[in-house]
Amino acid sequence: MSDTAVAPHRALGLTDAEHELIVEKLGREPNAVELSMFSLMWSEHCAYKHSKKLLGQLPTEGPYLLMGPGENAGAVDVGDGLAIAFKVESHNHPSAVEPFQGAATGVGGILRDVFAVGARPLAVLDSLRFGELDSARSRYLLEHAVGGIGHYGNSIGVPTIGGELYFEGPYEQNCLVNAMALGIAQHERLTRSAATGPGNALVLFGALTGRDGIGGASVLASAELGEGDADKRPTVQIGDPFAEKKLMECSLELLDRELLVSLQDLGAAGLTSSSSEMASKGGLGLDIHVDRVPLREPGMEPFEIMVSESQERMLCVVEPARVDEVLAVCAKWETTATVIGEVTDSGRLRVLSGGEVVGDMPVEALVDDCPLYDLAPEKPSAPIYPAPARTLPADADARAILPALLASWNVADRRPVFEQYDCLVQSRTVRRPDAADAAVLLLPAPTDAGERPAIAVSIDGSGRRVACDPYRGTVEAVLECAANLACVGAEPLGLTNCLNFGNPEKPHIAWQLSESVRGMADACRALDVPVVGGNVSLYNEGPEGPIYPTPVVGMVGRLPDAARAGRLGFAVAGDAIAFAGPFTPSMPGSELAKLRGEPLPDGLPEVDVAAVRRAQEAVREAVRRGELRSAHDVAEGGLAVALAECCLGGGHGATVDFRGAGSEGEPLLETLFGEGAGGFVLSGSRPALAALAREIQLTFVGEVGGDALTVTLDGDATLSWPLAELRAARERGLADAIG
Amino acid sequence: MSRRVRVLVRPKAGILDPQGQAVERALPALGFDGVANVHVGRLIELDVSDPARVPEMCEKLLANPLIEDYEIVEA
Amino acid sequence: MRFGVLRFPGTCDEVDAQLACERVGEAVILWHGDRDLQGVDAIVVPGGFSYGDYLRVGAIARFAPIMESVIAFAREGGPVLGICNGFQVLCEAGLLPGALLPNRTLRFVCRQVDLTVEHADTIFTNACEEGERLSIPAKHTTGCWYAPPALREQVEEGGQVLLRYAPGANFNGSVGDVAGVRNEAGNVFGLMPHPEHAVDPLTGSVDGLKLFQSIANHVGAHV
Repeated sequence: MSDTAVAPHRALGLTDAEHELIVEKLGREPNAVELSMFSLMWSEHCAYKHSKKLLGQLPTEGPYLLMGPGENAGAVDVGDGLAIAFKVESHNHPSAVEPFQGAATGVGGILRDVFAVGARPLAVLDSLRFGELDSARSRYLLEHAVGGIGHYGNSIGVPTIGGELYFEGPYEQNCLVNAMALGIAQHERLTRSAATGPGNALVLFGALTGRDGIGGASVLASAELGEGDADKRPTVQIGDPFAEKKLMECSLELLDRELLVSLQDLGAAGLTSSSSEMASKGGLGLDIHVDRVPLREPGMEPFEIMVSESQERMLCVVEPARVDEVLAVCAKWETTATVIGEVTDSGRLRVLSGGEVVGDMPVEALVDDCPLYDLAPEKPSAPIYPAPARTLPADADARAILPALLASWNVADRRPVFEQYDCLVQSRTVRRPDAADAAVLLLPAPTDAGERPAIAVSIDGSGRRVACDPYRGTVEAVLECAANLACVGAEPLGLTNCLNFGNPEKPHIAWQLSESVRGMADACRALDVPVVGGNVSLYNEGPEGPIYPTPVVGMVGRLPDAARAGRLGFAVAGDAIAFAGPFTPSMPGSELAKLRGEPLPDGLPEVDVAAVRRAQEAVREAVRRGELRSAHDVAEGGLAVALAECCLGGGHGATVDFRGAGSEGEPLLETLFGEGAGGFVLSGSRPALAALAREIQLTFVGEVGGDALTVTLDGDATLSWPLAELRAARERGLADAIG
Repeated sequence: MSRRVRVLVRPKAGILDPQGQAVERALPALGFDGVANVHVGRLIELDVSDPARVPEMCEKLLANPLIEDYEIVEA
Repeated sequence: MRFGVLRFPGTCDEVDAQLACERVGEAVILWHGDRDLQGVDAIVVPGGFSYGDYLRVGAIARFAPIMESVIAFAREGGPVLGICNGFQVLCEAGLLPGALLPNRTLRFVCRQVDLTVEHADTIFTNACEEGERLSIPAKHTTGCWYAPPALREQVEEGGQVLLRYAPGANFNGSVGDVAGVRNEAGNVFGLMPHPEHAVDPLTGSVDGLKLFQSIANHVGAHV
């Protein structure tokens, strides 16, 4: 078909050097089955070739850590013999192609990772980034990605309880869809994926196997794809939440009954990665009979069966005497189950069809021997990203800026999005989206319950500010996540991360990635929060350039008493309002700077991480003691936006003193709208706030009351915005775009 | 010996059909004028050994007679 | 008293319903494939996506073996509460009038809504007062209640509408703002909002508990 045939290994993304290494490991040329399997296992996505060395910097130990990186999900101890397993993963490229199914299968995949370790899924959160909403494509991607997440999560009975959503030019061609899931298990139920026990059976259960996601490997098809072969063409992965619901209940019942030796879900690279990783962790081998795999489409070739990414499938290892019981449980849950192979002590992964060996590789070669590459980072000498498009008139003053910020797409009310998600199923949700800075879920009550413990979770990433300063921007993102937990009274126990970057073979991207990981490592160490696992998504760039470097962080924390979970809204007229923490507002890199079309600064101000940590802990403890009526961390739009959010969240206005900030001009704007880490807006009784002032920087600034947000400036000038005006602006922002 | 039968299920006239309305709104936005009266239904295809039983299948399961009409077509 | 809460493949809110029932009595989960109602005093058909909402919402669940027993139970006057998907199943089974159509906006919406109690002298609302406002969450894609004009008139005139969306709260387009409707005999009731998600002060309003309490009151009085 092609005139000068591209060498198959190159068409599959392997370099010549990698190909030679494979030949050396096998002692011969790989055949089509083996080549396709190596090309997947040695791809960036599976092998982390460009990031593994960097990720070694991240701290992975902590007092609450039960399971660290390397398993399907990490897990932390939350007391009473319970563990929370959690992880975040990206599904960026599929979502750019087919956003509904891409986002849906992203949710499906991360849920499977959680129940694969034996944890019942409790919640989903999602971090989404698209181009600006004045682009029809971005509106389309947003609508369908949100639809896909809702469709999958709602149907499977797992609440979507939080998330974040941002719009920036550099994501126009490369959107980001990162999905996080958490699950709960008794400690002793946490399951690992290592295949053990030569002679044990390998059982595949779940959906039938089709040609989903075969993608580039189709170049290996022995029959050429002609005009009439549309059904043979690789297709987008389609998710079926109903199938996954049954699969989940089935898996959990199999684990409850202790019928499994190990369990692994099938995700990227399908049977190939799952089986080889199971074998690798167990130090053993596997024989897989592809002709026993139940198929959705006729005539699939062995390599197709091994690389298919059909959704909603799991692999387990079962002692021969228990296979019948396993099949019976699967039948009860209307889930197809088949013995497709067995564990061996050969150390090799063998693929058989009709009794003949069609592929035979050392497990180590597939899983461990992929070369790892050093990055060649180099700080760019010129800006990579254009200045954001200006959307605010040049002469906009403070009065006009606040409603404009509230209506801007990065700040506006996310209700049109989160109302498409069921946040209530499973009856654990103490804080719904928008009620507080983090989501809060009840833990099962211990038998002698007085207080009711709960977990808190937040997902926070940063793109534009990391582009300004990859190290400090990433530190800020980690701090913000911990601050969100502090505002509800939770202590962080562990962190999962997704690193979304451009092409790491380019020195300036390598620099972004190295600096960002260094920042994450330092911030995690400074907060004593270990990384329990995560994901890397590279090569997010196109002809127009790379995405902003976007680390996304998900943190899980615990609070001892759900009745005292913090809220963000001002609740009682007459309450005192205070600003707390080592916060220094700064304009460059802020949302206001973006709306004004200012170029990205080279670098962000330094952060006193230790002081921020102390402030977070003090706020957390005050929330736990029930001393604060509300707590909200300062983020996009600075103090003024945070104040507006507190007013609108609680339905009460406020009068706030900003004297000393100047009555006009840049100093005032920077004080009102400047951004940075470490700031909190708190409300409560004067004595309670005064007590907190003895521990951390805290300034009384005003009082809750009325139906407007009024700020007093120098010379007794005031600015005032009726809450109705602010509410209308905030509600309009996304509603106009989503419809 | 079985026959291939198709059943077309559509919303009863007069019933609120938001899907049909959504499609009717979307087409002009894409430049297609002169479109009206759009309704969205369902197609069910089956091989049956006894086509005479298909109306009963429709009444019992394939359609909800309160809100849907059905039409049986032999392929 | 004992509640039986059904579980079909794809049901999501059965454990939530069971927890709510357990605040006023005992509750067991009844598997779709069994016919045995285990002598329960009342049946709850819960929310979720039974059978993936395939074909039509509730269309396949209505034929489950357990539903044969539930239909017989209902014909004998046993109390049956259908919530969301349960309401859809009961309409498909012919135990409740009307049908549920897609929301007017075609989108899933999860939102706390205010409901007005239209009649308080029923098995399901005796713990409420007529005209009382209940704050209960609703979360669904297919919740627009519909009945052809003649049937609708019959339902209204028969006082079968027990709960209506308060002004401004009807997001799905239900005719007559109908949120919950009973059968003629009064022993079967279906509603789209989820009372089982309004029973715990830690997670929201507790107004939903009144519906479960009402059923328990009725069963207690008729032992």
